[in-house]
Amino acid sequence: VTSSSQPGIDETLRELAPQALAALIRRYGDFDACEDAVQEALVAAAAQWPAEGMPGNPRGWLIAVATRRWIELHRNETARKRREETAAHSSGPATPEDDELALFLLCCHPALSPVSQVALTLRAVGGLSTAEIARAFLVPESTMGQRISRAKQAIRSSGAEFRMPPPPELGDRVAAVEHVLYLVFNEGYTATSGPALVRTDLTREAIHLTRQLHALMPDDTEVAGLLALMLLTDAPRAARTRADGSLVPLAEQDRRLWDGEAIAEGVRLVTGALRRVPLGPYQLQAAIAAVHDEARRAEDTDWRQILGLYQLLEKVAPGPIVTLNRIVAAAMVHGPRAGLEQLASVATEPALAGHHRTYAVRAHLLEMAGDRDEAAAEYRSAARRTRSIPEQRYLESRADQLEAPS
Amino acid sequence: MKYLLLIYHNPGTRQIWASMTDEQQGEGLAVYAALNADLAASEELIVAEALADAELTKQVTVRDDTTMTSDGPFAEAKEQLAGMYLVDCASEERAIEIAAMIPDATFGRIDVHPVMTYSGLEM
Repeated sequence: VTSSSQPGIDETLRELAPQALAALIRRYGDFDACEDAVQEALVAAAAQWPAEGMPGNPRGWLIAVATRRWIELHRNETARKRREETAAHSSGPATPEDDELALFLLCCHPALSPVSQVALTLRAVGGLSTAEIARAFLVPESTMGQRISRAKQAIRSSGAEFRMPPPPELGDRVAAVEHVLYLVFNEGYTATSGPALVRTDLTREAIHLTRQLHALMPDDTEVAGLLALMLLTDAPRAARTRADGSLVPLAEQDRRLWDGEAIAEGVRLVTGALRRVPLGPYQLQAAIAAVHDEARRAEDTDWRQILGLYQLLEKVAPGPIVTLNRIVAAAMVHGPRAGLEQLASVATEPALAGHHRTYAVRAHLLEMAGDRDEAAAEYRSAARRTRSIPEQRYLESRADQLEAPS
Repeated sequence: MKYLLLIYHNPGTRQIWASMTDEQQGEGLAVYAALNADLAASEELIVAEALADAELTKQVTVRDDTTMTSDGPFAEAKEQLAGMYLVDCASEERAIEIAAMIPDATFGRIDVHPVMTYSGLEM
């Protein structure tokens, strides 16, 4: 949806997009054409509503316009036949909530690649246009258009249906949706220090969609954990970058700039989720973020608790970055020398050897230990190996500070 | 992760191409078309372009607000940039695998460059 000047219209369209789509699919069955029809209705609304005002029943307006478009798209007999066949499939009792969840699950169907799942979810559930998604992921619009049509083809040929999967499959299918939303958030989160390109705010979009998923499945603790993780990770946004776009490390951020409301909501969510087992990786990451966010000053951070949570996380969802973060926490509790020892014992593992974060962590621990020259050299090594321009600037500035005569 | 794959030719590779029959050249081009279709289907291809002969290359420099251009051919450059692929793939191993599938890898050379991003620290 192209941004319209009138406040409220964008939000309304985003909220209604999946509802209108679910209503159309329920009526006509074919996801592909229904999705195209709803996209066109959204474009029409974004063009008309700011000038003419929002209609009294915006949902009904969208469904009516999308239905007209659908009929125009299906003026031939074969399509009508297919409609009758698929309509038989999708009849049956369902609540609007079930419909919306089924839409999430269909867009993240295992027949699709993760990039396709991301693109289709943003379009069909998020109501974003192909152009906006392409801009957000820095790929040409034609490439994104192809991804979306291939994704729809894959759905068609896999025979995936618009309905709730049987209960034994539900867990894996919801995990796929969580992963897609996590990818969208991470893409937006890591891009916030980019140049002044027009980028759709993927962070906000991911939070919006996860909030929607959480409303549909309030008892799913990992969905709650994921929403908490996003809120708590996004809360320091205003303090995370300087005006010139350079990164500010957590310990040096002005915590008064943090979003207290988001922190309160995230803490509430994760506290509720942690009361129930099993503990999943999103809950644990959210709990770590909560401990960071609850410290009023960097030196008040409860590193002992963070270390314990990373040890749990390393068991539940091991990975090189988790290991490095656990070592940083260990250094904060037991001192930099202990951290350096632990780092030396894992640094030759294939996933960590040569990784720029391994050099950056060693540099950080050496700096804590007072080895300025060695720390500066390690920061330079990390800077040469990173592929992120803001991170490179940050690592080089650390090295410069250490080399400057004090 | 994005990788830029640069295809380099040398005088030898240009000779091999010139000595091919039309039919052989057609087969060669079909290999590229198939590779491009495969990479599009796997959603890894962002863009692929072949470059015109180096004779048409212009070198541009701006000094003291003055734009200067010089025309090719640049005889000193034995290796010439002949084409490029910009791909978005899961790992460096995969980028190298793609590079090895470009026909020029067997008679020229492909350089695999990781592309910098504006991404900050990950969660």
